[in-house]
Amino acid sequence: MADIATSSDPKATAQRGTGLRAMLEDQTVARRVFWGLLGIAALLTVLRPWLPDGLVRIPEVLLLPWRDWIDAAFQLIAFDLGFIHVTRFLSGILEFVLDAVANILYGRARWPRFEAVPWTVIASGAAILGYALGGWRLALLAGGTFVWAALIGQWKWTMETMSVIVVAAPLGFVIGGLVGIWCWKSKRVEDTVKPLLLVMQVMPFFSYLLPAVIFFKVGPTAATVATVAYSLPPMILMTTLGLKKVSPEVVEAGKMAGCSRWQMLRYVYLPSARTEILVGLNQVIMLCLAMVVLTAAIGMPGLGAKLLEAMGSFKLGRSFEIGVTIVLLAVVLDRLSKAWVVKQPEHYEKGTPWWQRNFLPLLGVAAFVLFLVLSRMASGMDPVPLVVSPMSEFNLPTWIAGVADEVHRKESLSQGREFDQSIKAFLALDWLQATTYAIRFVVNNYFLVPTEKALLFLPTLSVILAVTAIAYRLGGVTPGILAFVFFCIVAQLGYWDRAMLTLHSVFMATFIALAFGVPMAIFAVRKEKRARVMILLCDTFQTFPSYVYLLPAVMLFGISPVTVIISILIYTMVPVVRYTVEGLRNVPPELTEAADMSGATRWQKLTKVQLPLAMPTIAVGLNQALVFAFFMVIIAEFIGTRDLGQEMRRTLAGTNLGWNFVLGFSVVFMALTFDIAINAWAEKRRKILGLA
Amino acid sequence: MKTKFIMSAAAMALASATASFAADDSADPIVIPIHNWSSQIVMSHAVGQIFESMGNNVEFVTTDSQAVYESVRLGDVTLELEVWEGAFGQSFRTALEKGGLHDAGDHDAVTREDWWYPMWTKDACPGLPSWEALNECAALFATAETGDKGRYLDGPVDWLKHGKERVEALGMDFVVVNAGSAAALWAEIAAAEADKRPVVVFNWTPNFAEAVWPGEFVEFPAWEDGCDTDPSKGPNPDALFDCGNPADGYLKKAAWDGMKDKWPNAYEVLTKISFTNAQIAEMARLVDIEEMEPEEAAEEWLGANEDVWKGWLPEGAS
Repeated sequence: MADIATSSDPKATAQRGTGLRAMLEDQTVARRVFWGLLGIAALLTVLRPWLPDGLVRIPEVLLLPWRDWIDAAFQLIAFDLGFIHVTRFLSGILEFVLDAVANILYGRARWPRFEAVPWTVIASGAAILGYALGGWRLALLAGGTFVWAALIGQWKWTMETMSVIVVAAPLGFVIGGLVGIWCWKSKRVEDTVKPLLLVMQVMPFFSYLLPAVIFFKVGPTAATVATVAYSLPPMILMTTLGLKKVSPEVVEAGKMAGCSRWQMLRYVYLPSARTEILVGLNQVIMLCLAMVVLTAAIGMPGLGAKLLEAMGSFKLGRSFEIGVTIVLLAVVLDRLSKAWVVKQPEHYEKGTPWWQRNFLPLLGVAAFVLFLVLSRMASGMDPVPLVVSPMSEFNLPTWIAGVADEVHRKESLSQGREFDQSIKAFLALDWLQATTYAIRFVVNNYFLVPTEKALLFLPTLSVILAVTAIAYRLGGVTPGILAFVFFCIVAQLGYWDRAMLTLHSVFMATFIALAFGVPMAIFAVRKEKRARVMILLCDTFQTFPSYVYLLPAVMLFGISPVTVIISILIYTMVPVVRYTVEGLRNVPPELTEAADMSGATRWQKLTKVQLPLAMPTIAVGLNQALVFAFFMVIIAEFIGTRDLGQEMRRTLAGTNLGWNFVLGFSVVFMALTFDIAINAWAEKRRKILGLA
Repeated sequence: MKTKFIMSAAAMALASATASFAADDSADPIVIPIHNWSSQIVMSHAVGQIFESMGNNVEFVTTDSQAVYESVRLGDVTLELEVWEGAFGQSFRTALEKGGLHDAGDHDAVTREDWWYPMWTKDACPGLPSWEALNECAALFATAETGDKGRYLDGPVDWLKHGKERVEALGMDFVVVNAGSAAALWAEIAAAEADKRPVVVFNWTPNFAEAVWPGEFVEFPAWEDGCDTDPSKGPNPDALFDCGNPADGYLKKAAWDGMKDKWPNAYEVLTKISFTNAQIAEMARLVDIEEMEPEEAAEEWLGANEDVWKGWLPEGAS
């Protein structure tokens, strides 16, 4: 990898100006500086036993009182300057919208004070929408998901969750789109927004908790704000990307037609960038559903809260059922939005009657009325059991009306308890326990614990220099300087050992993800069908609430480092596999054909043509994996860790906001360092390969 | 949902007809926070239903059990029904100092949070529950990573349990590992249950686990006041935390300062509310063992225990 990184083209170097900077960009100097820095780092490490303590770690007395400063700044902004009134005003508006939606979906006692829409109406509506967008299969998926939610007895929770999603996702889409357009219009805005987005993305979730409830009021409002904030970045990035890619011919045509600026945007740019914008929408939806469980801590109602409740009393079966519902919702919303992308407007023969042109909307209205009437018929009756026994009591009209109105939790088909027992019995199998114990013993004692100890042994300065050297070698001068500054800040924030433990978990999880993910992706890409299955698996793992498999993991591997790595690994694998598949698929066929013609073996073709060309895309995946790892390593605190996440957990007792943010920023600066370096490297490679 | 609405509407009509209410409660909903353990959820629903029967509107919001005190302080959440001394005492006290919420009285229930083992552990280490006996069996509790030392699984760090300090103060052969959540503790106990492996973990009462896995607390040198601040207390004259935790920690209710004026009647009831350990355990049982939904469990419990809660209502209410 290092070799590829150094073969930068000389023209680019020449353009970068003169002086020290130009000298540092020069390849031979770069190589010397790189090895020089690493050499000093190694020397310091060797000398460590004889170094005075002050040189190994920054002495306590030199640490600045960041905690108090942050607390003071927060007090000033939030209360003295009255920022809280602004946010509270905004959340008031948001609350009104959320309440109205909640009233319609599950009958919350707010304006407009309707009764909840019966589940049959929503399920049939989803099926018809699915049919309109993507035919029978999508109709079955969309309708089936809601039928599942009702029959399994999770209807109300699903609607509580949906009541936030249907507000948060459009909000994320619109705000992200607008900011994206703005970034495209102005380079300066883009340059300010991008780093901010990154900080938002890598800021640990535990740091959002307190500000969200203070500024936006605990409940659906805070949950919506947190969800939107989390889902914005991809939408903004994709919008800007799409608009930048609009071809000049199309723009010319628009100008020739005499479009005004607004018309240009509305009729030329946005339609041409449609695909990218809708990919952004798709990511918004996925991320919204990924947040369902986490935001339960700040008032998100529904499935997430119920999931945590089930985990609290150790009901694995039920939490699994809830997890399935969340994944189904994610897949349905995703497939619907994707179908909407490829959907072409329909054209009818002249003279087609009105009802035929509007057949599907009419069908929707008909279903709405039918099921509404049915359920209203049931409103005076006793609840109807789903399965009637004995059959002599069965009365078809009553049953239809009753079931159309509501499936009661007690009557549902939920198999939570039975399922729970079989999961637990499986996890207790002797051979399984023996295998996992062996893995745990070997991986922890011979791999994770020694590497962890080694990382903690390193003097602070060694780590800073090594990271600087790597960032400089990968990305160039600017990433190198930033790496140095950022890691100095991390050291100065005063939680170095914990930061190193965090970094250790992140590195291990990313390393293992690369080691397994890339070969898996290479294997999958050989056949189109395999690749599609792989992408579906990625989607599933991305939205399946991690808490559900954390507990079985604890039962198998105990509360130990390997369990933590496994929980992060699931998240880091997803982007590695996804982007490797993408990268390999998009290698121009001319090049692979050329390789075939020149008689390359499969291995040669892979290593000399496909992988190098896919490398910039894989690097994006690696970068995503690191960002996800930094996010998950804090969540893994749920299992039990000793890193920054555990310390952050401690700050929640007694609401120590300043302390919390000191830890949060330790994570942010480490994540930023790697993000910047890898991105700069990918950018350079893309230029060299002529892909940019 | 519908029946409940009708029920509360009827109760509202009834309530407004009764003259004995000092002032009317606001029609705004009383917001009750729910967390992720069953007794708290059922208790919250039970109290919510009592408020509803008095004609109040009630809403529930799920929150983190530490961050909730900030919300109570700001008035976004009206009250908190389970303030555990050990786990949430610090957040509660911090919020109390900042102002905005106050102590609304204790439950009868006392809480105990300490080292605990499931019964099967005693077969392997018959000297239990004494802590010295536990220490002699330390090797039995070893895991893949701890060598010949035992592993004690402590609670999440935000519960501020000082397990490590105690191990050092009493010179025990144990390594302390913190679980990140209650669920992770249950997972470890459940994994040990299959082949009856001895484990010693952090646990507390009242709690659903008592019903699933019978067990006992380890008996440490009894708690003396000042054991956490004065080294001379407890068996080790040079160390803090050389005692067990207090066996009778408080379980409090907390209320937003504005509640008294906005919902005077509900506030009145809140200050009288007091559950016992047995009642709390029963509430948890209905959900954890009987698999009821919290709302139903609360209804069931209120139905079976009218004599308990009817006395808390203002005079003249039904």
